[in-house]
This record gives sequence, structure tokens and C-alpha cells, in this order.
Amino acid sequence: MTEQLLKVEGLKKYFPIKSGIFGKVNNYVKAVDDISFSVKEGETLGIVGESGCGKSTTGRMLMRLLEPTEGKVTFDGQELTSLSSNDMRKARRDIQMVFQDPYASLNPRHTIEKILMEPLNVHNIGDPKERKQKVHEFLEIVGLSSYHAKRYPHQFSGGQRQRIGIARALMTNPKLIIADEPVSALDVSIQAQVLNLMQDLQKELKLTYIFIAHDLGVVRHISDRVGVMYLGNMAEMANTEDLYEKPLHPYTQALLTAVPVPDPAFEREEVVIKGDVPSPANPPSGCRFHTRCPFKMDICETTIPILAEVEKDHYVACHLYEESRPQ
Amino acid sequence: MIEREKILEVKGLQTTFFTDDGKVPAVDDIDFHIREGEVLGIVGESGCGKSVTSLSIMGLVPSPPGKITHGEILFENMDLTKLPEKKMRDIRGNDIAMIFQEPMTSLNPLFTIGNQLQEAVKIHKKDWPKKQIYNRAVEMMKLVGLPRPEGLMKEYPHQLSGGMRQRVMIAMALLCDPKVLIADEPTTALDVTIQAQILKLIKNLNKELNTAVLLITHDLGVVAETCERVVVMYAGKVVEEGPVDAIFTDPQHPYTRGLLESVPDMRFKKERLYSIPGNVPKPGSINTGCRFAPRCEFAFDRCTAETPPLYQTTEEHQTRCFLFDPKEAEKHDRTIVKS
Repeated sequence: MTEQLLKVEGLKKYFPIKSGIFGKVNNYVKAVDDISFSVKEGETLGIVGESGCGKSTTGRMLMRLLEPTEGKVTFDGQELTSLSSNDMRKARRDIQMVFQDPYASLNPRHTIEKILMEPLNVHNIGDPKERKQKVHEFLEIVGLSSYHAKRYPHQFSGGQRQRIGIARALMTNPKLIIADEPVSALDVSIQAQVLNLMQDLQKELKLTYIFIAHDLGVVRHISDRVGVMYLGNMAEMANTEDLYEKPLHPYTQALLTAVPVPDPAFEREEVVIKGDVPSPANPPSGCRFHTRCPFKMDICETTIPILAEVEKDHYVACHLYEESRPQ
Repeated sequence: MIEREKILEVKGLQTTFFTDDGKVPAVDDIDFHIREGEVLGIVGESGCGKSVTSLSIMGLVPSPPGKITHGEILFENMDLTKLPEKKMRDIRGNDIAMIFQEPMTSLNPLFTIGNQLQEAVKIHKKDWPKKQIYNRAVEMMKLVGLPRPEGLMKEYPHQLSGGMRQRVMIAMALLCDPKVLIADEPTTALDVTIQAQILKLIKNLNKELNTAVLLITHDLGVVAETCERVVVMYAGKVVEEGPVDAIFTDPQHPYTRGLLESVPDMRFKKERLYSIPGNVPKPGSINTGCRFAPRCEFAFDRCTAETPPLYQTTEEHQTRCFLFDPKEAEKHDRTIVKS
């Protein structure tokens, strides 16, 4: 097994809900509530879940764009959560992020050259001439041309902008890229181009990805391992094949049957879960999924299930599998 | 199968936007029809004109800058494009109803759900007593599976979740028993588990009430699951039309084939996704020849010189591609090259 690049232990993020003129905190939104996982070097970890499950918050906490309430993030042997903001900035050279909205994440007043040069300036990489050269080099790598450098973001289409977003993330030669819904704003034909680009870059530059998305098809395509989140918890985590072929958690099962398949002959199973995702400000007691779970038992209402290894490399947080767990 | 009657027919529709950069035909000479009680899907990527088509049918194209410049929309022997606004208002929401993508922005935040539902009935059924209007609203809310409808009548949109709001929108659209329901990306803003619930609801309502549904979407999975026939649009033109099975098992237009190949399938892992090179052209930028030609791996000289007509390939299946011209068929190999 390859080395662990990133290790996350007991990560939590509680957003306070304030009320009244003095801003008294009377409750918390438990966006991410005690999750742990690790990422191996060179792999792609997919994180899926519905809106409000905390997947984006997790991504942002790994880079400390959001301060975690509790928990430890270790990257390449260095504990990120205890770094000063100055040291953290230096550490971000190795962890970069690609954002969802290619329209909002590029400054409309800067040329592409300026946008791509900024990470080099911040991290003091190379002299001006080298920096310029690097900009042109990376534009070609992501499938654009060096003459695009003088243009502004509005002159590009959505797919091209996402390529620029990826180029910007690559400028500092990072080891880990956190991609938060990088293709969900794109059309299907463009989405395929960007996914292929990301896979090629991973091979060439030996990158590690954390790929956050809500589209289960896309996640299956790009990930080696997948984690399924529900209401701030990790419900299940396994190798992609295992998770899609043999989902264990009732939520994962329901999620997989709910996806429309582009084949009219395909007969899908009845989707068993009903209702909406409860509010994370007031999550259900015990297992957070018990309000929608078709296999609910008494214990589910009272005890929070822990994420445990049920089969080899297959982790699930569900009381149904407590007996089958290897001791 | 019994041939059902055409309920809505679009003939040679062209909707043009008059902008500072000149005339832009967002929808250019499209024909299709919906039969009684059927679910017809229109698929295409952003900018292909699928939403403009639905707005044209509803008479809701923002004018200026938009205008229906050519063609007719036939509904019950009336041409909707020529109806005066007053007459159109009687049809809109009554005979033809629409649900929109954003359940957040299409409900008024300042009025209760009950208020908004009853208003929709009041406009079209002027002689109904209050009690009957109220009962109708409650009945529709029950039909779309909303819990405790009487309580919800007094609540405001912000108190409801996205899925519930979309159910309210559907209830509102169905209040006057429309003959045609236009659903423009009804599930795009929703999570998959909620999407599955809403699609099932639309399908059930179509069966129970026999309402014809025009479903506009970019998601091929949604189309495969809900529609009987499909119209594929690209850059303002219909490029292929046929029964859903034919479109998915025997797609003919290179664009349709490319689109189907490029979707990652949740059921198995493709080694590499096929991708259509290039970008969707800006509306109005290609006026001669096939609009897909610059991105098409099969394109030959004729494709850029002439605009292909729709070729009838089977009784129900049409495609707008020269490869299906009997004269060209032998000369060209139609197998798709996977990169």
C-alpha cells in the first residue's frame, strides 16, 4: 500500500446560530460532525452526498479556508490544524483547490496571465521571466493556447474557465488537489472533456485528488475510493467497485437506486426512502438517517453508530452490521 | 398502439432575439408535436433553445428583445402565436400550465401557499364559490403527496423544503386540469432522492389525469426514465426525434451519439469518457450548413455548405444529418471512433 498523504481525525465544524441584538448563540448547525478518513498518495477519493451533508465544508476545512471547530488534519507528516496562518499559507503550496463555479472564481478584472501568476507571486516561485513561461506552459497543459494569456475571463466559455481554474491550481506543483463540484456547472459534453483532462493530469503529474460531487455517475468514473456523507457524518466508505456493486448502508443503497439511468430498458428498483433531509441545526438523535431509514431498529434512535470496517476496506456506520463486524 | 390525437403542434417555429449584436434566432425552424396523454422530452445542452421553445408556447418570451418571427403553434385549432394577449391569458395556466426549474424563486415569498394556490383557481374559475376553490386547492395538495395540506395552506414558501416547494408548484399547475403540462427542468435544483420522488409523481399524474407532459431537461437519465418520445435539440435546431427506445439504442445523429457516450454511467465504469471536441457555438454564429459540423467527426464538404433536412429513417424516427441521405449512405462509414 502506498503512503498516506492526508489524515483526518475527528473533524468537526459547528456554525453558531445567533439571535437577538446581542447575538446570543442559542444553537449550532452541525455541518460536519466528527468525521475521520485518510487519503493515499496518488489516489482519488470521491466524496458524495446531497446538499447540506457537509461535503463542501469538509473540503474547505482541509485547506483551513474554514477553521475546524475540532479535529486534526495531518498532511504529509505535518499537522495543519496547529499551524499559524502564516505557515498555513506556505503549506497551501502543496494543497490547491478547484472550485465549482467557473464564473465566480476568476476575477473578471484580471487577465488570465495575472490570475495564473498570482499563486507564483504569493509563494515566491521563480523570477518574472520564469513565471511568465510557466503560465504559458500550463495553459498548454490544460488544453488552451499561450495567446489566451492576455484575455479576460468573460472571453471564455464555462469549460475553458474551468480549465483555467485547474491551471491555477496546478501552478504551484501541488501534491493534493481538492476539487469541489468541478464539473457540475458544465454541460455533459464539456463535463466529459474536463473529467478526461483531470484524469490525464493525475497520471502525468502524479496528483492526489479529493473529488467532491453530488453526481454519482461522475464520482464512480473518477474515484478509486468513495465516501458517502449524510448530514455531517460519513455513512459509508469503500473502494469504488465495492461501494457501487455492494452498497451496505441503507442510505447509499437508496441513493444509488434514485439516480436516473440513461437507458430506457433499465428497470430500477423502487426508491424506498421518503421525505426530506432533516435540518442540520436539529439533527435526529442516534443514527441521523433513522427518520428516513426503511430498516430502522430501536437502537438507531438512541445510539450513534460508529464507522467500522465490516469487510476489508469497506467501512460503514450502521447498526445493521454490528454482528458481522470482525472483532 | 392506438394512434393518439395530436394535442399541441409546433410548426416551423422561429423565435428571434433582437440584440445589439444583431438578430439572433435562438430557436430556428423547429417542428414537433405532443399527443394526448404522452410524455415528450426535449433534451439539449445550455443554449440549444429548449427553454425558449417552452416560453414561446406559453407566450412568455420576453419582448423586447425576443419575438416569434415565424411559424405557428397549434393548440385546439387555434394558432397561439396569433392570439391576443387577453385570450392567451385564458389558456395559460388553464389549458396549458408550466412548472419552472427554481421552486425557490417561482413562489412569491410574501404570500401564503394557500393564497397563491387559490389565486390561480380564482383567475380561471370566476364563478366558483370560495369554499369550492379552497377545497380544490387542498385536493390538489393531497394529490401531489403533500403532508397536512390544510396546515400548509397557511404557511409561507420559506417554511417549506425545496422538494415540497416543487410539489406546491406542480399542484398549482394542475389546479385547472390542464391538457398540457410544460415542465422546464423540474428537478435540476433538487437532490437525487427528491428528484426520484418528483419524477415518479409527474409520471403518476400523467397516467392518472391523462395530462400530456412536455419535459424539458439536459439530463439524459431523466429522459430515459420518464419520456415516451424524445426531441434532441442543438443550437436552435431539432437534430433528432424518435421514440425513447430508438434514441437510446439506435441514436443516429452524431451529436446524440456523442452526448450518450459522454455521460458517465453509474452502473459501470468506462475506462475513458468519449468527449465531443470543441464548444457549443454561440447562437447565431453558424448560419449555413449543419450547426454541428465544426464539432462532428463525420463532417464532409456538404455539411458546411448546405443545411441538412430531417431524414425519416424509420416510421417514427427522424434525424437531421446528411449521413442518412440515401445518396450519401454508402459513401460514409458511420461508426463512431472512440478516442
